Amino acid sequence: MPANRFNGFTDYGIGIGLRIPHYAHIFEKKPAVDWFEIISENYMVDGGRPLATLDLILERYRVVQHGVSTYFGSAEPLNREHLRRLRTLVKRTKTPWLSDHLCWGSVDGTYSHDLLPMPYTFEAAEITARKVREARDVLEVPIAVENVSSYAEFHMSEMTEWEFLNEVVERADCGILLDVNNVYVSSRNHDFDPYDYLNSIPAGRVAQIHIAGHSKFQKYILDTHDHPVIDPVWKLYEHAIRRIGPTATLLEWDDSIPSFDEVHAEARKAEKYIQAPAKAGL
Amino acid sequence: MTLLELQRRMMKAVMQPLTSSGRITPKTEDGRLMKIEAAEFIKQNGGLTSLECLEIYSRSYWYRALDSLFDDFPGLRAVLGRRAFQRLSRAYLADCPSQSFTLRNLGARLAGWLQRRPRYAGKTFSLALDMVRLEWAHIEAFDSASEKALGHEDLIELGPDLRVGLQPYIRLLEFEFPVDRLLIQLNRDSDGHAEASNTVLKQKHAGLVRRVIRLIPERTHLAVHRIDSVVYYRRLAAQEFRILDALRDGQPVGDAIQYGFEKSTASIDEQRLLLETWFAAWAELGWLCPPARLKKDEVTA
Repeated sequence: MPANRFNGFTDYGIGIGLRIPHYAHIFEKKPAVDWFEIISENYMVDGGRPLATLDLILERYRVVQHGVSTYFGSAEPLNREHLRRLRTLVKRTKTPWLSDHLCWGSVDGTYSHDLLPMPYTFEAAEITARKVREARDVLEVPIAVENVSSYAEFHMSEMTEWEFLNEVVERADCGILLDVNNVYVSSRNHDFDPYDYLNSIPAGRVAQIHIAGHSKFQKYILDTHDHPVIDPVWKLYEHAIRRIGPTATLLEWDDSIPSFDEVHAEARKAEKYIQAPAKAGL
Repeated sequence: MTLLELQRRMMKAVMQPLTSSGRITPKTEDGRLMKIEAAEFIKQNGGLTSLECLEIYSRSYWYRALDSLFDDFPGLRAVLGRRAFQRLSRAYLADCPSQSFTLRNLGARLAGWLQRRPRYAGKTFSLALDMVRLEWAHIEAFDSASEKALGHEDLIELGPDLRVGLQPYIRLLEFEFPVDRLLIQLNRDSDGHAEASNTVLKQKHAGLVRRVIRLIPERTHLAVHRIDSVVYYRRLAAQEFRILDALRDGQPVGDAIQYGFEKSTASIDEQRLLLETWFAAWAELGWLCPPARLKKDEVTA
């Protein structure tokens, strides 16, 4: 039973990111994994090994696409070449939904390859929502936008981050990929209560959740995806699941990647939280 | 300030080259203090100043882009040495920031840029340029499209007026130096790095420098291609290279062959033997395909 109308994949379970260092293990051992999340841009090519590998994965596993450079929040129009390639990939993977970040990263055709923070203004919300709607029309697949970790806030902002997220998803009528680690990182960097954030987002729009580890520096926290998930983030996750209901969850581990088994075991820690509402009869 | 104005302003600041110690530059392009520029649009944030917030993004941008070039051009790194490679990378990125949604394309303009900025390669310019072209071709051969290959049976009916295409992933290159051999050797060396001690690595580095210095020019014709998703380098005879080049340009087979042997001293019999060998090899490797915009039946009918 879907937890909400943007979450038709409540039973998807726990996924992990498909990463090159794990290819050999996956093809040799064929481990049972609920689903793999791929970085769309890694497979938006015309041929060769990336697509051959993807096809082998698709024979055995469910795959969900996650993008890093659609840049819904860039003021410039969507990149048509990017969309064309993305659409081709969507047809190949048959991804049930597609996510990318609520951020910007390009201007006047120049790309930063980073997830740059949005100014939380009504103008930015309208532009972003319009681009999400346009992308959905072209790609013909549900879209979820992900909150990013941020290290800067702008004078011109007119609302909080979670109010901005709500503005965008309501105007675009799209889903949310809720990254609880990013909520935690940003709450520490910008001194807000992460539970205020979780309690304010529309639970009925959360299509997927991300969990991850991060790195702590002297003056700020950086979203590095190179550590296990810390306890405060698990607590946030538990709270989110209680509010939202069982939701497809993915562990991100992108740097200093340990063995497949270690990553998978870390991801499966989420099971006890996902199963808790069902056990409680919620 | 509009969204577009903010994004232009921040992007410009983020992409301003870092100082030699890897910090955000203290001044903007037009000479203003960067900390004043940052404070005008970024809030001071807990323990971080506006400039420090901006610096996180600037460093992140530069290190990501520099790492990408570092990974994509190991051969160029070896030819230039680490410091010169860093200088070149920073200058290239300042002149040619990414214009693609994917970092895969970051080095696409490097060869053209280096031709206009030979001083960044100094005395090794020709060798460096050859290496850049080879390494970019490798990237393209790795994940470019492939078409259904024409087999031996398709080639039986091939006449002089017909056209065939070359697989889109194949890159044909002509070099002054035998950079293919150098790059293969470098890759072999780096394969052993994970298990080598520091002493061994120093010896290998010295050996590498000697190999680069001693590399003697040798006109080289190369096809960068792939088999079963693995990229290979195949040496070509000059005439073979010219024929393939002409076929790729859409010339009829007869014209391509004539062009290939234009400057050749080989006899007709020798040419026939070479052609039989080459076409058989190309078919075996799956290099030939229907020409672009033509259906297969138009090729062999």
